[in-house]
Amino acid sequence: MDNVLKIIMQRLALGLLTLLIVSVVIFVAVNMLPGDFAQAILGQGATEESVAAIRRDLGLDQPMVTRYFDWLGGVVQGDFGASFASANAASFSGTTSGVKTVAQQIGPRFANTMFLAAVTAVIAVPLSVTLGILAALYRNSVFDRAANIFTLTSISSPEFFLAYVLILFLAVLNPIFPSLSNIYDGMAFSERLNKSMLPALVLTLVVTAHMMRMTRAAIINLLASPYIEMARLKGMSPMRVIVKHALPNALAPIINVVALNLAYLITGVVVVEVVFVYPGIGQLFVDSVKTRDIPVVQACCLIFAAAYILLNLTADIMSILSNPRLRHPK
Amino acid sequence: MTEPLLKMRGVKIEGRSDETWNPIINGVDLTLARGEVLGLIGESGAGKSTLGLAAMGYTRDGVRISDGTIEFDGIDLLTASAAVKRELLGKRIAYVAQSAAASFNPAHRLIDQHVEGPSQHGVMSRAESEADGMELYRKLRLPNPDEIGFRYPHQVSGGQLQRAMTAMAMSCRPDLIVFDEPTTALDVTTQIEVLSAIRDIVDQFGTAAIYITHDLAVVAQMADRIKVLLKGDEVETADTRTMLDAPTQEYTKSLWAVRSFERPAKPAIATGAVPVISVQNVDASYGSTPVLHDVSFDMHEGRTVAVVGESGSGKSTTARCITGLLPPKSGQILLDGEALPASYKKRSKDQLRQVQMIYQMADTALNPRMSIGQIIARPVQFYLGLTGAAKRKRVDQLLEQIELEPSEYYNRLPSELSGGQKQRVGIARALAAEPKFIICDEVTSALDQLVAEGILRLLAKLQDDLSLSYMFITHDLATVRAIADEVVVMKDGRVVEQGPKVDMFTPPHHAYTDLLLSSVPEMDPDWLTNLLKERGVDNVGDAAVDKM
Repeated sequence: MDNVLKIIMQRLALGLLTLLIVSVVIFVAVNMLPGDFAQAILGQGATEESVAAIRRDLGLDQPMVTRYFDWLGGVVQGDFGASFASANAASFSGTTSGVKTVAQQIGPRFANTMFLAAVTAVIAVPLSVTLGILAALYRNSVFDRAANIFTLTSISSPEFFLAYVLILFLAVLNPIFPSLSNIYDGMAFSERLNKSMLPALVLTLVVTAHMMRMTRAAIINLLASPYIEMARLKGMSPMRVIVKHALPNALAPIINVVALNLAYLITGVVVVEVVFVYPGIGQLFVDSVKTRDIPVVQACCLIFAAAYILLNLTADIMSILSNPRLRHPK
Repeated sequence: MTEPLLKMRGVKIEGRSDETWNPIINGVDLTLARGEVLGLIGESGAGKSTLGLAAMGYTRDGVRISDGTIEFDGIDLLTASAAVKRELLGKRIAYVAQSAAASFNPAHRLIDQHVEGPSQHGVMSRAESEADGMELYRKLRLPNPDEIGFRYPHQVSGGQLQRAMTAMAMSCRPDLIVFDEPTTALDVTTQIEVLSAIRDIVDQFGTAAIYITHDLAVVAQMADRIKVLLKGDEVETADTRTMLDAPTQEYTKSLWAVRSFERPAKPAIATGAVPVISVQNVDASYGSTPVLHDVSFDMHEGRTVAVVGESGSGKSTTARCITGLLPPKSGQILLDGEALPASYKKRSKDQLRQVQMIYQMADTALNPRMSIGQIIARPVQFYLGLTGAAKRKRVDQLLEQIELEPSEYYNRLPSELSGGQKQRVGIARALAAEPKFIICDEVTSALDQLVAEGILRLLAKLQDDLSLSYMFITHDLATVRAIADEVVVMKDGRVVEQGPKVDMFTPPHHAYTDLLLSSVPEMDPDWLTNLLKERGVDNVGDAAVDKM
């Protein structure tokens, strides 16, 4: 087990290093965006002086390296800084109480995104693994082909199109779920779930194909192995051969694809959020880019990066744990 | 006469390739009585495994039984439904595969795989079967029978796995077991343990068996009757003793004769001759695990040194040290009396050229996307700097040396060649560098006896023509007898004995050499029985090692 622990620690350290490098890339990239916050809010008629004043207030006049380390220092302590936009709004009203920190702004939105991702994952992962197993079991049958065509169609259609189709059938023609997912704090769980259902279903359609096809391929890949032939020659049923003998050895690639899709659920759902007016982090991100609210953009990017790295790390570790050679060294 | 257990009549089997069905078995009859052991022998491609699997009513993907009948205990296996066959498989007909390491599921413990059959077929409860499994492990003389089942396949050695697989086949007490080359992948010393374990347990439970192998001496120990197959046709069938004493068919006689190839002894090495390669006091390790301890031996011009030992004894590691792939921890390698840099990276092109290798698996050692001509041309260009017509001429010359017609083979891909032809290409590639010294790493162990003999004869001829020296890594003592001039015996990373072949095969020798020599199966049906009696039945192999 020491062996595994060592590998996990190595991967963790590597993950942290990746995150640090990503933070540099994010910082540089965001600072290369054309225009800045001061120009964006003051408009074309802004005087040199007023732009400079706002830039000074926000610390935008400092050299990039200094700003990076200020920002990084804050982030390490959990302080993502203050949102430019809310600070600006507060300064217009003459108070400081309205200044929201980035963390306050992102926190609830991020929680909403995680909720949607979790609901989707609970539906999509078991569904696609089951479909993948069945497709492998009845490979080249009508069922296999139908499942392939259906999931490929859904992955190939634009998300907004799927969203409107579902709204048409499940909200307008058959009012089962609400078409608006405007969830808010303090909502009962069942209500939240009900309102999140349509976006969750759209996302399920988007991610299922990938996971299902990988499950099917990973299993079929193993069916020519001598130990699968052995299981058949022991008279085991086709279902048992696949679930008991092939699946445990196919876990590593499946886990990786699941992780990749979960990461997508956290970072790639802007369109679906917009269609359903779901208050997730994706919308906030797009809005912040528009207003050049750099601290929020940077924090969102960093969260996305962290989610990717963390999920891939988890996938790596689980793949390692699924290998009996590493779990039980000689 | 009672009804036979298995009756196959006029069985024809076809395999699919390039959209057409080609015959694999052309109408073979096979009858097996209860408790009888039938040996099935032939070269690879003879259809032994296909026929063995067909006896279980099973065909691999892309293979079909096109004609004939297969009846097991009155049940027609060809018309039986999948469910009926599943009920028979594992429960009444069991299978022991060639490579236990690949045929045990790596994700489950041995005992879990053992009890799967009995519990799924409703023969025994899980707990009963587990207890029974341990009992079988004990009968098969596995170490720690109460504990070994709780290990995963990768934690158990090959010979032990092969016995655990026999135990698994026995788990439902089947009427018939098909053994598909169960000892081919094992060392001679391990092979004996597995053979005697299988023979005992088959005897004890009166199980009928089909024993598939290409090794005549092995089948002589195991079978009551022997059936010889050649390219899908039966050559002859007879009682083991009759078959061994008086084979009637030419083909069978030629199989028997393979082991007779032996090169005449060469004169002794001149005193003071500088060896082509001299391994001096080499220690080596993988990471922190030491694998070689103070290994020293010399190899002279125009001679063959056979390095023998079980797997894990350090033969291939020594080769890696000589080629510079694994720099030794201490000690050195001399080429013509001059020290070679430890790592191949620091060796000059000429030094690299002098040491070439031929690999065990010609399949994986040749780039599948390059034509034969390209494969051989590469070292010609790299080492000798030949291009254009001169290169082509040299490649043609090399192809002629390995007895492959240049115009026919130059543009072929490795996949279009047989195993023996691929190995010839491997030889040509080594020759292309015009080396002094070639390492042959188990070059014949993946080949049939007749093909292997052809390769050995070719290597011997090339040695005479070109004054090459070979380091011949092998675990097969018949090969040693055929081709070696000097022999080095290795065990656990040490050289335990070395000297001229004549001395090696004449007693007295080192206890380990003795064990290796006496473990090579002989064509005498009583050989195993006598050997076990000599060694003491209960501690085969181990006892002899302990005595050292």
